[in-house]
Amino acid sequence: MNKPGYYGEWGGAFIPEVLYQTFCELNEAFQKAKADPAFWQEYLSLMSTYSCRPTPLTHAENLSRHFGGAQIFIKREDLNHTGAHKANNVMGQGLLVKRMGKTRVIAETGAGQHGVATATMAAKFGFACTIYMGEEDVQRQRPNVFWMEKLGSTVVPVTSGSKTLKDAINEAFRDWVTRMDDTHYVMGTVCGPHPFPEMVAWFQSIIGREACGQIKQQFGRQPSRVYACVGGGSNAMGIFQGFLDNPAVELVGVEAGGKGLDSGMHASRLAAKDGSPGVAQGYKTMFLQNSDGQMMDTHSVAAGLDYVGVSPILTDLWQQKRVRFSAATDAEVMAALDLTMKKEGIIPALESAHAFVQAFKEAGEMGRDEAIIINMSGRGDKDIFTIAHAFNDPSWKEFIKKKGIEYGA
Amino acid sequence: MELSSQIKTALADPDRKILLMTHIVLGYPSLETNRRVIEQMVANGVDLIEMQIPFSEPMADGPVIVKANQEAIERGITVRRCLDFAREMTATHAIPFLFMTYYNIIFKFGVEEFFREAKEIGIRGFIIPDLPPEEGEDFFAQSRRYGIAAILIYAPTSTPERMRELARYSRGFIYCAARKGVTGKQTDFDASFNDYMRTCRENTDLPLAVGFGISSKEDVDYLTGKADIAVIGTRTIKLVEEQGVAAVGPFIAGLR
Repeated sequence: MNKPGYYGEWGGAFIPEVLYQTFCELNEAFQKAKADPAFWQEYLSLMSTYSCRPTPLTHAENLSRHFGGAQIFIKREDLNHTGAHKANNVMGQGLLVKRMGKTRVIAETGAGQHGVATATMAAKFGFACTIYMGEEDVQRQRPNVFWMEKLGSTVVPVTSGSKTLKDAINEAFRDWVTRMDDTHYVMGTVCGPHPFPEMVAWFQSIIGREACGQIKQQFGRQPSRVYACVGGGSNAMGIFQGFLDNPAVELVGVEAGGKGLDSGMHASRLAAKDGSPGVAQGYKTMFLQNSDGQMMDTHSVAAGLDYVGVSPILTDLWQQKRVRFSAATDAEVMAALDLTMKKEGIIPALESAHAFVQAFKEAGEMGRDEAIIINMSGRGDKDIFTIAHAFNDPSWKEFIKKKGIEYGA
Repeated sequence: MELSSQIKTALADPDRKILLMTHIVLGYPSLETNRRVIEQMVANGVDLIEMQIPFSEPMADGPVIVKANQEAIERGITVRRCLDFAREMTATHAIPFLFMTYYNIIFKFGVEEFFREAKEIGIRGFIIPDLPPEEGEDFFAQSRRYGIAAILIYAPTSTPERMRELARYSRGFIYCAARKGVTGKQTDFDASFNDYMRTCRENTDLPLAVGFGISSKEDVDYLTGKADIAVIGTRTIKLVEEQGVAAVGPFIAGLR
């Protein structure tokens, strides 16, 4: 690292002057917490009592047999409180907020997962909480909006720009520059200005630390490959950190291929040729942007992967060829989700199903004495509206129509 | 003449106790409208104009300017068209023109290429709200090389120590954000604002511009004697939206 907050040439802190002091204080509080073993102990204890850590590593025997190659293991982040790895980051930042003495938290959310997780944390710690969510996502993810509001948070629909995740991030920053004294911005992923990528990666490293020990115990040695979906990249960074030091373990990030990498309707910043270096939302990375530097609209069946930028840490690892990137299309995702449910009785989130796609493409060509790990970042059953819609399920539609009639629609 | 000296010379005129700087979002609602608005501004005594090159992620701006950025892009504004328009403006009007934009626009164009062309056009300064000195090594080097002022921003949260650090990099003048938050909302001028202005003054020799929520003659009067330049941003954009281009001239004329 040449400069603090840089990963190769990526990262940095491109922040307006009004936040300079806030970032100085945040950096100091975070570095102090990171150097304090008692802080990590407090974090572990919280995650084992309030969430379900350690989460299990499941040997997917039926899928392994089905493909006839590598032994497939699934890291079960879906079994966290609120059903995704998002809880790891949010509870960690919550402890930090307590240390800093702030009383209000704000967050952006795309799919709503990070918003719901933040709302639970705010309720538990007694913080006021405002969640910024693109108007389009508010429509797509109504059940999560319901839970955030029930948990006591205010949900603000964002109507500027493309009305999705990146616009929610801009709006959260606009709140923060107005009210930094009592407010902490709980960034949801390993993006944004330093120290957020480092901080979120640190809290998420709990996934990889556990997985590394669990695979040794269950399989006797390290896996050949580890797969994770990549939106901003927090679940991927989480599990990859358990294996980064071991060059024998190949790390594979899977981005949203949407309607195909040639369609222009995807969110593949690294796997496609469409990304280019840029600076936005406070950091430097590969963005999907036009030749003038205006950000483009992205597309994915999975709202949590539908984002123009990607973690500067992952961009660096991609450039170093330490992490290989591929993409899964919407159609491939639905097929992998279907197969996983039928074979294992496990329901991955649409986001997580991207990682399954690439693992399924490769498992059959690997030896039976090899193991792979898929990071299942979240569970799909709570996204029933989205998944039922994506499956175009006739009996579900019938049910919704009847409900509509019941509510006088 | 160097921009800060030019500003100081202008202020030496006893009839000009404070200068006016206005803000234009290029391509909103159209370059033709921008052209007519600028004409009225210059004719009615505006001293400097900052032209914003639209960006899809204007993080430091409030709702009015955010919408203007977005609509300008939707209506097909490009960086190339902004540069060509700027060339026309500097050739037509004698006052100093500045560019305001976000760093990605310049980064993507190529920092040196951008400075080279801006110099050729006769642009006098850049205001880039998301580029702190810590991240702008190349940018500040090119700024000195091409003699285009890199104008830095003071905020009410800036410590005196930080202000002195920023002043080392800034040229032309310092842009003091009158309050926390984004552009557009009204600012309350109170005792803490006066303390803030005093701290700004103590920590730089450069002229001070004050922006964020400046919208009336009362505001400009209040700033006279405390600041060197009053910045009118959101107010004229709203004025054109609500009352059309013709309202700009009388509004500007009535500010001082």
